Amino acid sequence: MSVIARNLSWGVRRKTIVSDVSLTVAPGETLGLIGPNGSGKSSLLRLLAGLRRPATGQVEINGRDIGQVPRKALSREVAFVQQSAATDTNVTVADVVRLGRTPHRSALAGWSETDESAVTEALERVGMTSRRRQAWQTLSGGERQRVHIARALAQAPQVMFLDEPTNHLDIHHQIEILRMVRDLDLTSIVALHDLNLAAMYCDRIVVLQGGSVCACGTPEEVLTPDLLRDVFRVSAHIDASADAGRPHIRFTAE
Amino acid sequence: MGSDRTEGGAGRLALFLCLSGIVLTLAVAAATAIGDYNIGLRTVFLSVTNELGLTGAEIAPIEQSVVWNLRLSRALVAALAGAGLAICGAILQALLRNALAEPFVLGVSAGASTGAVCVIVLGIGAGGLSLSLGAFAGAFAAFALVAMLSNGATSGPNHTILAGVAASQLFNALTSYIVTTSGNAQQARDVMFWLLGSFGGVRWPDFQLLLVVVFACLAVCIWMARSLDAFTFGDEDAASLGVPVGRIRLVLFGVTALLTATIVSMVGAIGFVGLVVPHAARYVVGPLHLRLLPACAVVGAVFMVVADIVSRVIATQQTVPIGVVTALVGVPFFAIILYRARPQT
Repeated sequence: MSVIARNLSWGVRRKTIVSDVSLTVAPGETLGLIGPNGSGKSSLLRLLAGLRRPATGQVEINGRDIGQVPRKALSREVAFVQQSAATDTNVTVADVVRLGRTPHRSALAGWSETDESAVTEALERVGMTSRRRQAWQTLSGGERQRVHIARALAQAPQVMFLDEPTNHLDIHHQIEILRMVRDLDLTSIVALHDLNLAAMYCDRIVVLQGGSVCACGTPEEVLTPDLLRDVFRVSAHIDASADAGRPHIRFTAE
Repeated sequence: MGSDRTEGGAGRLALFLCLSGIVLTLAVAAATAIGDYNIGLRTVFLSVTNELGLTGAEIAPIEQSVVWNLRLSRALVAALAGAGLAICGAILQALLRNALAEPFVLGVSAGASTGAVCVIVLGIGAGGLSLSLGAFAGAFAAFALVAMLSNGATSGPNHTILAGVAASQLFNALTSYIVTTSGNAQQARDVMFWLLGSFGGVRWPDFQLLLVVVFACLAVCIWMARSLDAFTFGDEDAASLGVPVGRIRLVLFGVTALLTATIVSMVGAIGFVGLVVPHAARYVVGPLHLRLLPACAVVGAVFMVVADIVSRVIATQQTVPIGVVTALVGVPFFAIILYRARPQT
């Protein structure tokens, strides 16, 4: 399913946070969204997912303007994974993943075979099947993130948005989560901080600066020493890594 | 949790509701039998069936009247008030994502007391306006203020809680001001007694009104139970699961305000039931609202009926205000919640 944004702008009071962003994501693609702190990554992600209404511009998912699609219908196609969402409620892993079926159920409908298999498959996909009865509170950060992704998968979406899914995770879990996202058979748009991880796992990268797109393309095209200096204010060498020719960034000490 | 295979755990809930139903019936029977003047359970039963036209047993008219006109209506109003407050507590704890939320967090009881004081002390609308109507108007004024301060209930939970605190402070200050500047000692005592809650004056028309309000509100809440579950990880998460967050919030805040205002204006501000019962029910049936809300309703009903019995027998020749009894039970429980809610790491 394709995602097309046209001239999106959004702000709080007088401060413009996202300004005139246009981008296109092809079906099945994994798009990385990078940029320094405060560049508008999270806000843009929420605009694209329909969680916020743009001041101007529009988002089309699969050819339909999402402003015209009802909330519930939209969430049957689009899932959103927040960064480290937490709760005090005493819920199990299975309870959390079942929440993903909310948009597919009417107010009093029973639990169907389709619902159950969606939950089972989602847990399987993130390797948490054996934990389904475990209490949410007892999970580690990486496990919680995987359960959130399972919940998003149980929504049976065609597009998934992830807001810094690797935050606070150790390197093993960062790689594991991103590999999983890349291998999913859906369109995904991921806001990321780690440039090397973005280079390794994204098909294309969009660089945001001050709320606008300042570069867009494959990792090789986008990640250049000039861009890193201008946008992130760091000096770096870019090597072609042995890993499928993806660029590898080496930051220099000075 | 035992909620694994089928989401409903419907059998367990049905069993629980059945048992609670039996306990509730027994509690209401006990509440009707026990009092300054104890009446045998057999007489209680026959009085009720007589009034319903099922039997024509010989019962002393005074006993039949006490059972039917005083005690049964009182016990049933207590049950409905307990159920209503417990439901409100469960809803607000979910919407505000705060374990310590309770029905009065939106300032409703403070507003009701101001309304009541206006009637008792200032004699506003003397004759035309009853105490209950005054309290109801005050409660809704407070709720309207909270809704306004929290931008039509669209801002986050903490904002709403702060708005509730501000409204409570304002209305409590108004109440104190009115009492201290224009009340006499007897009026102050009346106000104080009314605020702590009492089922003393309730009659059948109160029961009928409350029955309609409680069941209508429960139906709306159960209709929205799935959406409430989606609030587990916060407003934005609920929105991404397709829940119309703003609308659900506004409707459910409105429902809880209506329910609380009706109860407070009828029997006073009875504390702690709305805080304690949802937590107790959650331990038994789990956090899913489709199960939690009916469970809260029956547990709240039983708790309140029992508390009413205790309030009548705990001191001889005196009726202790019901709010005192619920708080005596509620405070230790509150302490346990606080203890358990401390940071885990």
